[in-house]
This record gives sequence, C-alpha cells and structure tokens, in this order.
Amino acid sequence: MPSRLPVTKTPKVYVGGQFIRSESGRVFPVREGGNKNGSGALLGNIPQCTRKDLRNAVEAAAKAGADWAKRTPYNRGQIIYRLGEMLEARSGEMADAIVLSGAGTKAAATKEVAASVDRLIYYAGWADKYEQVLGNTNPVAGPFFNFTVAEPMGIVGIIADDEAPLLGLISQIAPVIVSGNSCVALASEQYPYPAIVLGEMLATSDLPGGVVNLLTGFRKEMLPTFATHTHIRGISAVVNNSEKKELQLGAADSIKRVRAKVSGGDVDWMADRAQGAYEIRDFIEFKTTWHPIGA
Amino acid sequence: MTSTRPVSRGGSPSVPELIFGDLWQYDPAPETADPRIKLRYDLFIGGKFVAPKSGKYFSSINPANEQIITEIALANKNDVDAAYSAAAKAFTSWSKLPGRERGKYLYRIARLIQDRAREFAVAETMDGGKPIKESRDFDIPMAAAHFFYHAGWADKLEYAVPGANIIPLGVVGQVIPWNFPLLMLAWKIAPALAMGNTVVLKPAETTSLTALKLGEILQEAELPPGVVNFICGAGETGAALVAHPTAAKIAFTGSTDVGKIIMRQLAGTDKKLTLELGGKAANIVFDDSPVDQAVEGVVNGIFFNQGHVCCAGSRLLVQESIAELFVEKLKRRIDVLRVGNPLDKNTDVGAINSRDQLDKICELVDSGTAGGAEMYQSKCDLPTTGFYFKPTIFTGVTQSHRIAKEEIFGPVLSILTFRTLEEAVEKANNTAFGLSAGVWTDKGSRILKMSTLLKAGVVWANTFNKFDPSSPFGGYKESGFGREGGRQGLMDYGKIA
Amino acid sequence: MASPSRSRFGKLFDEIGTVDQVGIDERVAKFTTRSIKKGSKLWGLKTAVTMVDLTTLEGKDTPGKVASLCQKARRPSSDPDVPPVAAVCIYSFLVKYARQWLADTPIKVASVATAFPSGQAPLETRLEEVRMAVGDGADEIDMVINRGLFLAGEFQAVQDEIAAVVEACGDAALKVILEVSELETFDNIRAASFLAMQVIREGDFIKTSTGKASGSATLANNQVMLEAIRDFYLATGKAIGMKPAGGIKNSKMALHFLVAVKETLGDAWLNNSRYRFGASSLLNDLVRAIDKEKSGAYQAPYYYTEAAESY
Repeated sequence: MPSRLPVTKTPKVYVGGQFIRSESGRVFPVREGGNKNGSGALLGNIPQCTRKDLRNAVEAAAKAGADWAKRTPYNRGQIIYRLGEMLEARSGEMADAIVLSGAGTKAAATKEVAASVDRLIYYAGWADKYEQVLGNTNPVAGPFFNFTVAEPMGIVGIIADDEAPLLGLISQIAPVIVSGNSCVALASEQYPYPAIVLGEMLATSDLPGGVVNLLTGFRKEMLPTFATHTHIRGISAVVNNSEKKELQLGAADSIKRVRAKVSGGDVDWMADRAQGAYEIRDFIEFKTTWHPIGA
Repeated sequence: MTSTRPVSRGGSPSVPELIFGDLWQYDPAPETADPRIKLRYDLFIGGKFVAPKSGKYFSSINPANEQIITEIALANKNDVDAAYSAAAKAFTSWSKLPGRERGKYLYRIARLIQDRAREFAVAETMDGGKPIKESRDFDIPMAAAHFFYHAGWADKLEYAVPGANIIPLGVVGQVIPWNFPLLMLAWKIAPALAMGNTVVLKPAETTSLTALKLGEILQEAELPPGVVNFICGAGETGAALVAHPTAAKIAFTGSTDVGKIIMRQLAGTDKKLTLELGGKAANIVFDDSPVDQAVEGVVNGIFFNQGHVCCAGSRLLVQESIAELFVEKLKRRIDVLRVGNPLDKNTDVGAINSRDQLDKICELVDSGTAGGAEMYQSKCDLPTTGFYFKPTIFTGVTQSHRIAKEEIFGPVLSILTFRTLEEAVEKANNTAFGLSAGVWTDKGSRILKMSTLLKAGVVWANTFNKFDPSSPFGGYKESGFGREGGRQGLMDYGKIA
Repeated sequence: MASPSRSRFGKLFDEIGTVDQVGIDERVAKFTTRSIKKGSKLWGLKTAVTMVDLTTLEGKDTPGKVASLCQKARRPSSDPDVPPVAAVCIYSFLVKYARQWLADTPIKVASVATAFPSGQAPLETRLEEVRMAVGDGADEIDMVINRGLFLAGEFQAVQDEIAAVVEACGDAALKVILEVSELETFDNIRAASFLAMQVIREGDFIKTSTGKASGSATLANNQVMLEAIRDFYLATGKAIGMKPAGGIKNSKMALHFLVAVKETLGDAWLNNSRYRFGASSLLNDLVRAIDKEKSGAYQAPYYYTEAAESY
C-alpha cells in the first residue's frame, strides 16, 4: 500500500470553455494501453457524449465564433502561438498521456508532441498571411475595384483520426481555427485521453472558450448528427469509406462542405505535406466585392 | 409644337406625374443576322456530331413564339458512356500537352466565338428568350472573354497555386442551366480545359442550341477529338452523367434541390464536386445612397434576363426613411421597361424561358397576392403568343412570405424595409442561400462593414449583376460551394499533387 | 478642420441626394443601344430640328452672319417638310438684327448675356446687358452662373444672382447655364441644377454649357440634369426645361439625347418648350439624315451649307 494514494483525475470534455460530463451521464472506461483491450489499470471514465452534447457544443461554437472571427489575424496568430507554448511547456505530461492511452511508445509520443507544437507554430504564422496567398484583387474589365477575400465558414465539425490522436487532432483543428472558424471536434474513439489533456491545456491558453470544443464518445452515435446538423457548415473528417458516405449523405441536406480523408494510415501526419495554406483553404469561403471607381 | 414663354406657369396638374405615353414610339428593330440553325442537331462526341444511340430527338422551341426551332438528339446511358469514353481517351494526351499549346486552343475558341458573335447571339435569343441586347452585349462577348482569360492560365498554373503543384483531375462531368446557356458553358469548360481536364457537358434541355453550335467552332478550332463532348437531354441524361464512374469531378449549376440530389448521388465516391445553386439576394439600399443609380441597380438586379439569374437581387431591403420615395421611383422606372419580342433590339425584358417556368412564377406571385402583399406591375402590353411576364414588384412583404424566401427565378421583386444596419444584415442573412448581395450607400466604411457582415459569395456595392472572368463567383451556405472565375475558380478544376 | 464650404455642400447633398458616376455612365450607355428606325427615326430627327437653338457665338460674328443664320433657322432645308428651328442664339448686341429677320416667325431670339461665357463682370453690368437684350427684343436669355461662388459654397449668392437675372428678364424666358465641365462632379451638377431651379420660373431652362469649355453636353451630364428636373417637378409641380449645348455634333447623338428625354421625363418634355439643343453644326447633320431617310440614299456633305468646305 503506497504511503500516499494519488488523486486520480476525472476526465471531462472541454465545451464552451467549461469542463463538463456528458449530459447523458454516460461514460466509457478507458484503460491504460487503450480501451479496446481493457487489461490495464483504469485510466478514467471518459464521457460518452451524445447528439445533445454535440448540439450544445455547436451552440458554444456559434457563440464564440462570431467574436473569434472578428479578432485581428495578428491576435489569432498570437493565441495559436500561445497554444504552442502551453503544449511545449507541458509536453512531458502530454507524451505520458499518449503513452498511457496506448497510442504509442514514449519515444514516438515525444516525437508526436514535438510535431504537434511545431504544427501549431506553423499555423500561428499563417494567420496574417493566408489571405495574401489565397485572396487577391481582380483586374475586371470595367471601372470597378474588385477584390476577393477569404472568410471563415463558421462552425466546422472535426472527426479526428485514430492514428496520432494528438497530432492528427491538432493538424485538423489548427487550419480550421486560424481563419476564424470555431470547431467541434470528436476525439479519437480509440485513444480519447490525449484530447482530454489537450482540453486542459486549451483552458490555460488565451483561446476564448467555445472556439475549440472537444467531445469524446462513439463515432457511430455521433456521426449522423455531425452530418445533418445544418449549423455545422464544414466537416473535416478522417474516416472510413462508409462513414464518409454517411457524412456526405447527411451533408447534402444543407449543402455542407465535407473534406474527408480515408483513415488507416492514409495520412502521414508527421509529413510536411500534412500542413499548408491549402488545408486552410478547405475551410474558408471566398467573398468577392465589387465597387465602382468614380467620383 | 411652338415654343411658349413662361406663360404656362401655374398650369401644372395638382399631383405632378410624368407621362410615358406613345408620343414617340420606337419602330420594331429586329436583329436580322442569320443564326444559322440546322433542322436537327446530333450529339457532339469525340469531335464529331453523332446520332444518338437512343435513336430519339426532342424539339427545342422558341419561348417567344412557341415555334419549334430545331430538333436535338436525346442522349441515353449508352450515349453518356460513349461521351465519357471519348473524354477519357482524350485526357491522356490533352493533359500531357504543354500548357502553352492548350492555351492556344482556348484562344482560338475565344476568337472564333468573337467572329461569329452576332450569329450566336441571335441563336441564343431564339432558343432561350433573352433580349438580343443582352445576348449580344453580355452573354456572347462574356463567353468569349472567359475562354480568352483562361487560355492565358494554361501555361501559368504554377502561379495559381503558390507553394504547391496542381494537376488536372481527369474527365469532368458538367451540367449547366438554361439561363445563360453559352456563358455557363464557357464558365465550365474554359477553366477545366486550361487545367488539362477533358469534359462531358450537358446543356439544359430547353437551351442546347448554342452548345451544339459551339461544337462546330470546336471542330474549326481543331480541338483534339474528345476533349469536349456535349450530350443533350433532361434530368435522366443528367443523372447518368453525374453518376458515371469515369467522372473525376462533377460541376453543376442549377437549383439547390437538384444540387442536393447530386450530393447524395456522389456520397461515398471520390468525385470532386462544385455546386453553383440558387439564391435570394438582398439588395440593400441605405437612405444616403445615390438613389437613381440604386433604382437602376435594383432594376438591373431583378429584371436582367427576366430575373432568370441565380444571383438576382430578388429581395429589396430599403431603409424606411426613403422607402416611399424609392418605390415611387422604381415604379416609374419599370414603366419604361420594354417587354416583348426578344429579337427586337429595343427589348429590355424578353420571354420567360419555358411554360413550366412561367407557371412557377405565376404560382409564387399568386401566393404573394394571396398572402396580402401588394403587387404593382409595369404598364406594358405583353405579346399574345409566347411566354411573358410583366415586371412585377411587391410591397408590404414580410420575411415569412414565400415570395421573400423562395427563389422565383422571374421578374418579380419583393420589397422589405429596415431601420438600422443591424436589421438590414439580419434580414439579408436570414436565408439558407448566400450567393450574392447588394449594398447601396455613399459611406465607404459602411460598404466595407456590410461587405464583411453579409454572408454571400459576391457583394456588389453601388452596383449589381456585374461579372468578369477574373472575378470569382459562387455561394455561401445552400447556394453551393466552389468558385467559378478567377484564380479561385481555376483551382477547383485541379488537385494538389 | 472642416471648411464651411464643405459643410454647405454636405447639407445640400443630404437634401437633394448624390450621383454615382459609374452608375450614370451605365444608365446612359443603355440609351445609346436603342435602335431608332424608319418612322420613329424621322419623327425624332424632325423633332430635334424643332428643338435646335441655332447658335453663333464667335468674336467675328456680324449682322450679316446673323442674317444668314436667321435664314437658315426659318428654312433649314429646301424640303418644306423640314420644320424651322426653335430659336437663334446670338450675342446680345446682335439681338436687334435678329429680331428684324425673324419678325414674322415663331422662331425665338435667344441672347447670351451676363458677360458670356465667363460671367466675370460686375453684377450690375451683367443685369444691364440682360435688360438691353430684352429691350432689343430677345425672347430668351442664356445666362451663366457664377461657378466661383458655387464652388466656394456661396449658394445663396449664386441664387441671388440668378434671381436678379430672372427679374431683369421680365417676360423673356431664362436659360441658366451651369457650365458643367467646370463643376467637376455629377454631385455638383445635380446640386447646381437644384439651386437654379429653385429660383427660376416654370418654362425657364437649365442648360449644360456655354460651348466654350471642353467636355460640355454629354449624355451623362444631360441625364443628371434630366433626373434633377424630374425630381424637382415631382416635388414642386414646376416643370423646368432642359438645354444641352456644346458637343452634340450629329443626328445620332441628338437621337440618343431624345431617347434619354423620352425615358426619363416622358412625353411632356418631347417638345421645344421644354427641351432644346444648343448647336450650330448639328442642324446640317439632322437635315442630311432626314434627306437620307426620305430618299434612302446617303448624302454627300457638300449639299449642306456649313460642311460645304469639306472634301
């Protein structure tokens, strides 16, 4: 018997800047080494979020999104950079979380956290530049000033990859929020624990509550609502083919933008190819404004 | 008609009104260029006009007089197959052709359209009902401009996507609407070809003529066989085109309802998709706007092409303080719109594209009057045959009226009022659509604020219904996704390698 | 610091509204696409003839020149179907001669007065010139506004001067020249139109230009003034006439201007009591175009007096 019993942490999801349990009260146990082969010690009872939790998260995202989109790009860049600082400072804790959850070895986890920090820094730098690369003025044949700007879509739903449960998640979140979108992300079903820890880090960053909302739970239960909730304007998903089809079918009802990558190692999250201005472009709308040039 | 000195002072009627009468009538001024329409058109597949495997033809009528102008081959599934095979075969060499050479073909096409512009304008007007002055001054020249613009991109693709390498997708299936037949075709084909794709395109069943005439131009331009293929028919043909396994991308312009059907059809496939769908644009007039130009812009916004425009300014939001004045001016303005024979050079508003569309407009207008909105129609006479509808405005419209929510796609304007900027934005954005919007005000900073707040892909400030090949066009929300025109539109025809 | 003149303009624009340049240009471009054929063309051409203020305003003008001008005004063509013009427009010292030559005709004698074209003379001198011209038999007086005062925002002073001229005119009709090319913007043209209309009488005119400055009677300038006339008429019931002058060189342009009148002000302005063309060479081209319409053959320029020196 240890001389001091450690205090265990109750895993909570991070929604609207708050730490909450599922409205349903449901949880699913996750054991060290991964929830699928539940032989290890109990890591925690993870919230098994429901469609109602998703609805609430969308409302939180809507509330926060308007203000987030109005922040200056410089400010958004600094806040995402600050996220990187927080993750760097707590990289040991995060690497442990990845290892404990069974998603990788210590060495791999350390590398994944470092890559995650770098990814945040990478996108922080895009905040005040992607519009210069993706937007432009247009030399129309007439007495008009015409320019195209990139605007956020609104609320983006994220279905995270099971591969690289932290790096994948961050690689999906960062290009979405850098342009002023807010998001609701469903963490890896297999390895949800790093997302729980990430929520704790987000809470200590300068990111306004509600810009990033992290849910845990079962894809099968949540996917239909991600697909059909009409306030979610875009989906970034790493899913299998049938899940992709389900998302696209549901998305049709409200002409939702779906960017689905097929899971199963299709995406090399560590590669430079997994990041770029064109990842940001997938979650913006182009708006073109015309104005006469006259007196 | 002798001059009088100011002795007639005091002779004015008590309520002054302008007289738009018949003192000076314009004589008929029909455009007489020969549209060179054949009696029958086959499908354009593999660089040749080929008889449809379906063995069937359907009639295309002139909506201005309901007369049959030609017969068009109906494509069935096998024809669609043949078109895709031809396009797939052509893709191998076309995509490998140096951009410089692809560009030269596009330049040729642009020039040949310019050469035969008047002929095409007449054909377009006879086929679709739009006024000759629009097909002559807008549709056809703009179609040529799109080919010319994109021709120049073909050998400069690396500049379109900084930091990345973009490659063509393959065979692109395209379905276009009947409101701007040749122009929509140009919007679709020009960027696809510049990027190195090949194309199977279906024009709308009521307006296939200029696409098939363009087939002749493609032959004259010696475009390699199969790079562009035209198949004709209605919904069934469209469904076969969209569902075809060879298609790497589908590009669709049309109604939101059909857009949703296509999304469902493509669900689970790897096909790329861009959609340019419906709209219910708000044209927002502040009380400090240049009023007469705003009136003109509102008129242009809703009566251009009989209102058969997805980005039409079909909802006028006018600030309460000038609403009365504005509506008066608007009524006087639409009274001088000339409605009638589309081939007459003085016609401002032509024929409704089809009986179906006319019925739909009538149905929605009836719902407006039944719902208590007040209707005003211009004092023009309509021809006795053909499909026509008077320029119509509704006042006393609330947001719950169908005429304020649904796309009418006709010359019908619904007028709502607002008091504050916030209210205007809220009403403008209170729709599932988000294609376009108009803002009229003299205050520059307000324009930029409105432009930021309006959820629409195109914002026209102190102007409306302006288009250019270099200017991206496309919607937010249920008005679709992807852009057409400009660098942004071009990119939607390639993938990052 | 906002200058007082700026705030006066601001107040005026608030009251009467502003004009977007690109929008006006687009509007008038539509007039130029109207296709006027056959009977409607002939009607337009003949009506345009009746609207001409046949003008000579040169330093070398003499009574003899005015005599031939009046002859042409009465009978612009050997074709009796071509009507006489509305007026001759001349310098004030020549009014008495023109009066004689036009004594038995409905053709008006119009005189530029008020130190035309600059207007840069003491007010009393300008008024004296008006009174003299009216005394000599002028039916109509064409005056120029004080652009300097206008641009300085001294609107009341501008209106006071016009009002003084109105008074000096007596029964003669007044045409107020805004000299639009010196007003710089369409906003200013609209504003000056209103200032003038507020102090002139029904049946008086506003006029674009002296013809002595470049960029005078364009369709766009004309349109801004027509719309001002329309708005003023609908608000007050007072119908003001319009006279574009300077730069309308051929019949095609004249028809475009008439299309603008028809579609902006309607039938009540399609006559010479409410619409005039200030022009010299236009008349020849109108006659030439009428001859072509009637004969079907294009006509050589040397049949028409003032083009007779051409190749």
